[in-house]
Amino acid sequence: MTWTAANWPHVLELTGAHLVQSVLPVLLGALVAIPLARLAVRSRVLRPVLVTGSSLLYTIPSLTLFVVLPLLLGTQITSVANVVVALTLYVVAILLRSSVDAFEAVDRGVLQASTAMGYRPLRRFLTVELSLAVPVLVAGLRVASVSNISMVSVGAVIGVQSLGTLFTDGLRRSIVEEIVVGIALTVVLALLLDLLLQGLGHVLTPWQRAGSRSVTTRLLALGRGAAA
Amino acid sequence: MTDIAIRFEGAGKTYPDGTTAVEALDLEIPRGSLTVFVGPSGCGKTTSLRMINRMVEPTSGTVTVEGRDVTSVPAHELRRSMGYVMQQSGLLPHRTVVDNIATVPRLNGVPRRQARERARELLATVGLDASLAGRYPAQLSGGQQQRVGVARALAADPPVLLMDEPFSAVDPVVRQDLQRELLDLQQRLHRTIVFVTHDIDEAVLLGNRVAVFAEGGRLAQYATPEELLRAPADDFVADFVGRDRGFRSLTFVPAHDLPLHPVAVVRPDGAEGVVGPGSVPAGGWVLQVDDDGAPRGWLRPGAGGAPLVGGTLHRPGGSLRSALDAALSSPSGLAVAVDDAGRAVGVLRATEIVAAVERERQAQPSGTAAP
Repeated sequence: MTWTAANWPHVLELTGAHLVQSVLPVLLGALVAIPLARLAVRSRVLRPVLVTGSSLLYTIPSLTLFVVLPLLLGTQITSVANVVVALTLYVVAILLRSSVDAFEAVDRGVLQASTAMGYRPLRRFLTVELSLAVPVLVAGLRVASVSNISMVSVGAVIGVQSLGTLFTDGLRRSIVEEIVVGIALTVVLALLLDLLLQGLGHVLTPWQRAGSRSVTTRLLALGRGAAA
Repeated sequence: MTDIAIRFEGAGKTYPDGTTAVEALDLEIPRGSLTVFVGPSGCGKTTSLRMINRMVEPTSGTVTVEGRDVTSVPAHELRRSMGYVMQQSGLLPHRTVVDNIATVPRLNGVPRRQARERARELLATVGLDASLAGRYPAQLSGGQQQRVGVARALAADPPVLLMDEPFSAVDPVVRQDLQRELLDLQQRLHRTIVFVTHDIDEAVLLGNRVAVFAEGGRLAQYATPEELLRAPADDFVADFVGRDRGFRSLTFVPAHDLPLHPVAVVRPDGAEGVVGPGSVPAGGWVLQVDDDGAPRGWLRPGAGGAPLVGGTLHRPGGSLRSALDAALSSPSGLAVAVDDAGRAVGVLRATEIVAAVERERQAQPSGTAAP
């Protein structure tokens, strides 16, 4: 553990950089993908274009994107912006598809009833449709965020600092401990982010557990009955 | 102001692909009435209903509510001024019962606390326990969900209620309760209700007036339920109204002048007696009653064998239909009449009931025009 003890401020710094490069694209990607998905739902033209287009986007290798983006954006090759933009594109690719599913899973009868009660379109979207899409939206966000955490490491190859730097550096200098620490922290970050999103989904959807809660109560009552 | 709440004037809906959902519809719906749109699926009854709150925009003609063309008001404001109940309730699954009911007042800017307070009152109005207020729709039975749907429609106190097959997805027993409660509610509230159903029995039971729609969105007949059963406008209506319409039309004929006859009764303790005017010769059918005098079953003449299950009962204010049914379903052929408390007060004879039907037929100018 001598390497870790000597380098922990550097490791902490890299963890922070890793987190920013993975979370920021999830937020930006969600901001792009969710409205786009809503537009695509029930549109005979937009839906196939966007869904197929986003799948195609995902087939571009990440390293290629990291190298090409500076040419398109005019940024430095080692700039964090390249990674953020590239990963945002991947998040859009993953989220668009699952967000379309999320909106399509919302009961149309409920939406019709909302309109019939006098909801205007924007308010209906924000307070009814979005709320009801949360379970599937969160599932998509969890996939995107975990995939991002692992993909950020690739940036290290072109010199963008992240936990991936620990792999490239450890490999070059043959420090096994550095590589192991890099892997372990990546896994921990992925797990923490996933838990956080799961928790967020839980808090936003008390109504989803409404049915099961009564079952739990009944089971508890049964248990008490058996114990007595 | 006239006493017409909703008026269709040549209102029609043709879709871009050329299918006609509703032909030019002319219809006047009186204020405070319960009007039922009934017909087979695809006849345009729901489309017509939805033209009232602009969920469907007519392609020809106009719809006016309280003298105002519905297109002269922004759609969302128009909709907030009408209650809307649909099949499968359409409750918001992510809101509690009380917040579901409070939806329209909240949309109108009523403060949350006040809107919830009113919502709690409405729970009682539709016969739901206050303890359900904090539940989510998924935790309610189908019947409870529909009740919440009705409460939600009433929340903003709208003069007009639109109900789109509200009871068709619940089981028959619950449906009967809901139908009866709707009639009770209407007696108290006097709203203008437009009710869509494909069930002619429901239409006849609930409606002050019934509009029968035929395929292709044609209005086949618009009449009181009584007229509909007695004098269907054409073969389509006659067919749709169904086979028992002659019998069912007796529902609208009161049976107040039928003579009441006495009947021998026996109580659980074995005490024998007679109810009704006069006395009865021995050796006839004997009615078993409980300690309160409510009918329980019949004993064959000569008191031999086990008691037979009794028929339906004729209650005070009942129709010729209920009297005739009571006679036909009774093992003795005698219709048992009961008072408001359910005690037997005498019997009616089938022959006299049929005679009353015949008198009624002759008194009617149109007659029971059987095809």
